[in-house]
Amino acid sequence: MQALSELVQTAASQIDAAADLAALDAVRVTYLGKKGELTARLKSLSSLSAEERPTAGQEINRAKQNLQDLINARRRVLEDKVLAERLAADAVDVTLPGRGAHIGGRHPVSRAMARIEKIFRNAGFGVRSGPEIEDDFHNFTALNFPENHPARALHDTFFFAGDNLLRTHTSPVQIRSMVEEGAPIRIIAPGRVYRCDSDQTHTPMFHQVEGLVVDRGISLANLKAVLHQFVESYFERDAELRFRASYFPFTEPSAEVDILWEKDKWLEILGCGMVHPNVLEAAGVDSEEFTGYAFGMGVERLAMLRYGVSDLRTFFENDLRFLAQFR
Amino acid sequence: MKIAESWLREWVNPELDIDALAHRLTMAGHEVDGIAFEGLGLEGVLIADVLEVARHPDADRLSVCSVSTGHGDPIEVVCGAPNVTQGMKSPFASPGITLPNGLKLKKSVIRGVTSHGMLCSADELGLGDDADGIIALPDDAPVGAALSEYLGLPDAVLDLDLTPNRGDCFSVLGIARDVSALTGAAIDDPTPGPVDPTVTDTQAVEVPQAECCPNFAGRVIRNIDPAARSPMWMRERLRRSGLRPIHPVVDITNYVMLELGQPLHAYDLKQLNGTIRPRLAQQGEKVTLLDGKDVCVNEDTLVISDDSGAIGLAGIMGGLSTAVSESTVDVFFEAAFWPPVFMAGRARSYGLHTDASLRFERGVDPTGQARAVERATGLLLEIAGGEAGPLTLTTAEEHLPSHKTIRLRRERLANVLGLTIDDSTVVGILERLGLAVHPADDGWDVTAPEYRFDVEIEVDLIEEIARVYGYDEIPESTATAETPLEIVTESNVDLEQAAWTLIAKDYQEVITYSFVDAESNAALSGVDSELVLSNPISSEMSVMRTSLWPGLLGATAANVARQQDRVRLFEIGKSFHGQLGSHTEIVRISGAATGPAFPEQWGSKSQSIDFFDIKSDVEALLALTGAASTVTFSGAEHPALQPGQAANIVRDEQVIGILGKLHPRHIKAFDLKGDVFVFELDAALALASDVPHARPVSKYPLIRRDIAVVVDEKIPVQELMQVAASAAPELISAVRIFDIYQGPGIEAGLKSVAFGLILQETSRTLTDVDADSAMSAAVQKLKNKFAAELRE
Repeated sequence: MQALSELVQTAASQIDAAADLAALDAVRVTYLGKKGELTARLKSLSSLSAEERPTAGQEINRAKQNLQDLINARRRVLEDKVLAERLAADAVDVTLPGRGAHIGGRHPVSRAMARIEKIFRNAGFGVRSGPEIEDDFHNFTALNFPENHPARALHDTFFFAGDNLLRTHTSPVQIRSMVEEGAPIRIIAPGRVYRCDSDQTHTPMFHQVEGLVVDRGISLANLKAVLHQFVESYFERDAELRFRASYFPFTEPSAEVDILWEKDKWLEILGCGMVHPNVLEAAGVDSEEFTGYAFGMGVERLAMLRYGVSDLRTFFENDLRFLAQFR
Repeated sequence: MKIAESWLREWVNPELDIDALAHRLTMAGHEVDGIAFEGLGLEGVLIADVLEVARHPDADRLSVCSVSTGHGDPIEVVCGAPNVTQGMKSPFASPGITLPNGLKLKKSVIRGVTSHGMLCSADELGLGDDADGIIALPDDAPVGAALSEYLGLPDAVLDLDLTPNRGDCFSVLGIARDVSALTGAAIDDPTPGPVDPTVTDTQAVEVPQAECCPNFAGRVIRNIDPAARSPMWMRERLRRSGLRPIHPVVDITNYVMLELGQPLHAYDLKQLNGTIRPRLAQQGEKVTLLDGKDVCVNEDTLVISDDSGAIGLAGIMGGLSTAVSESTVDVFFEAAFWPPVFMAGRARSYGLHTDASLRFERGVDPTGQARAVERATGLLLEIAGGEAGPLTLTTAEEHLPSHKTIRLRRERLANVLGLTIDDSTVVGILERLGLAVHPADDGWDVTAPEYRFDVEIEVDLIEEIARVYGYDEIPESTATAETPLEIVTESNVDLEQAAWTLIAKDYQEVITYSFVDAESNAALSGVDSELVLSNPISSEMSVMRTSLWPGLLGATAANVARQQDRVRLFEIGKSFHGQLGSHTEIVRISGAATGPAFPEQWGSKSQSIDFFDIKSDVEALLALTGAASTVTFSGAEHPALQPGQAANIVRDEQVIGILGKLHPRHIKAFDLKGDVFVFELDAALALASDVPHARPVSKYPLIRRDIAVVVDEKIPVQELMQVAASAAPELISAVRIFDIYQGPGIEAGLKSVAFGLILQETSRTLTDVDADSAMSAAVQKLKNKFAAELRE
């Protein structure tokens, strides 16, 4: 009879040589199966003496375990190989484009407006709105534009019959909000506004964000601070501003604000001022007890600067090739 | 307003260069839009004396002139100007010089005669557009001197964008006053004093309504030289200020207006009939204006009249019948104070906008009329000779603007600006501005000069101080405020979220105009907009939209025309409804889509978008509310939509929106091709949201039972689903449609609808018995309600 050690060696080399799982299983059956050689040897133990039996049994069991381990190891190798082959067959060209719907995009003006809103909301400003078809009182008179005042002519107003008009600025929301809520108040009012003007640098409809803070002890210094902080937040960088004296009927003192855009190049970005006492009074707020500031910014202007748009009119041409740049 | 640096510096000469001066003005509220430099490139152009003029031997229109620049031999030049005469002084450019218009001069032979340079026209020197003849300089112009030096060139011209509240700044004097206040440099008034009369002639003036004309100054000047021309210096100043020299008398009125801010009018005295009366017009009165246009005057407008009737629009434009002309020898100057309240908006109502009306509307110095007439008289005598009569003044003191004394409180000043300015600085600024300041217990009592119409209340003074002190000097300080947290609602979905949901569904946001074409709007919304603009930009933008579809479809068509085959757009904006006075504005979320359902891609066949693609997009929006299950769709008729592919979106028996396939006639109208689907929601109604209320999730397995029924094809599947679900509401957690079939095996007019019933209980595991009984209950209900046949 062959020595156990030789048998194991032969089996081990057969395990090693098994090319696939079927061949490996055949080897297992040959040695460890019901009629396998090691199984047979175990059965033949009964022919040995009681003294020899435990030692011989141990040896056979050790050999059996040894072979089982080798088979398991080989099986793992073969299984990995099979899996690897299957996965290789399943490979795709990962550079092919994805399928399904794409994604649309926000209009740059809405994007800028949402951004402005977010900045002011974070600072505790409420957001208010008002009608776009306004009356003369809210758009002009209550904002300290007397009848026939030359400043009215500058507004290029769209009129309807009677004293109705399309609001020329978001400032009427100042009046409506103060009348409704009184003071103190701290709001912005974003929205569409209209001027009867259409050329390279004007569109008959555009967007503004109005700001209004009325409280005890509000000063021009506070206005300067909030606008400086806003501009730095909006452009995400340090910004140098200059406040130029100007004139709006509804604020006094009034200023236009320029940002230093490039060396020696100041760009006007918004108008502002301390709320005129007549405006506070028209809205039922005591102008001795309260002072306030207000500002108005053109959203298109801010969007143009932020996103490098050079022609205002492109915002309203709604060309997908243009709009797709702002997703 | 344009103002020449040289003219301004004659009045006030601060030690600032032009850029620094412009910056100071800009920061103080007089925005400098631009600085233009006049008279550049005149180096080498000299003043020459024309010694002799002879006809060119070979050309009738040319002259051969001998000119001198004061030293050396006379120079021979060929000249084509018709006005060249012997003894004339004119600018001369010698060979080698390049003129401002780019012409490089060289010695040239013109029809056989050598020309050693050129006598120049205004056009050639960039000093005006007169190209008809060479410039005739005054006889006393220094021969041999540089022209630029003689004319004070180059000169910077500031283009000022003046604000409507500062009527007092529309003049050299006005700007000089502010420059003086800003810089501390003193005003040096270069104008001579009053002119003594040499004759006694006057023109009768009567002011019947004194409130319309509280101050009227007039003066007669007789026997002027009708051949006189405005001197070069005056022509130059007018030109640099943007005005054309016309006639010495007119030039003088313009010059004085530019200098002192008081518009004047000059009449040909001989053309006046009787007494001059400024008054309100009679409705419908007619005047022929200087520019030849006839105007029918309204009764709110001031006119000047004489015994013949209205002869001019006061403060706007004079009349043709009494205008000065080349033959005028007797002149009547008028300078009046027309109160702004009688001027505002009037010029505009006649489609006019003049230098005079601009100033009167904003307010001229109510006491400056006599001075303006004196100045004009002096200039006229100097330029055209003549004899002046006495100045006549018609003044109604009680109607002149009263200048109130205003209390400026020290504490208020500091509070409004957020900065304490020391007293002496405050007083200094106010006094430099020409305001009278008297100390008071809590500040100062301040009186503004007559010409400051913008200074009426305390904050006007605060502004003046801030403006002159400099906004840059005011610190920044963050206001602290109590900002109680506001209630944040969860009962509607915000528009931002709605926008991003549509973006995730591959829609691009657009912004279209709120005013649209009336016809297109009516056709697409089924309603005529009653909100019609009186002054639209164009007829395509004349009414307020009652739907966002006109704009969206316009944008869709424009993109399709730009070769985009797949266009999916949405807009969030208002539509406008009802009538003026009671109109409503509704925020809409609207969309339009055309082209393939998905972008072109590999591995799947391109399929055109259909009703259910867009319905799913709308359902995604509605799902944001958490209440999509309460929304139903019902067939709709709508003028924009194709019948049978249009649905109202209904929630709580209220229509919250509509969607469907665009009717082919609109597809054609917009020049579109292929199917277009549109939707429009009332944002407030569609996005009203329920706060989610949690329910336990079943731990037990679900059972699915599939059934197929055959029903009349007209029965809406939505109803089948509702009825099936209602058969065992406690067991059926969902109903899914997995097939709709018509064709072989199904009788025409019927359809097979295949459902999956999803059954689940939260408290126990369902048995097959439970499932079978729920299924048969559903089948029974469908049979009863719709005569459905179970399809085996």
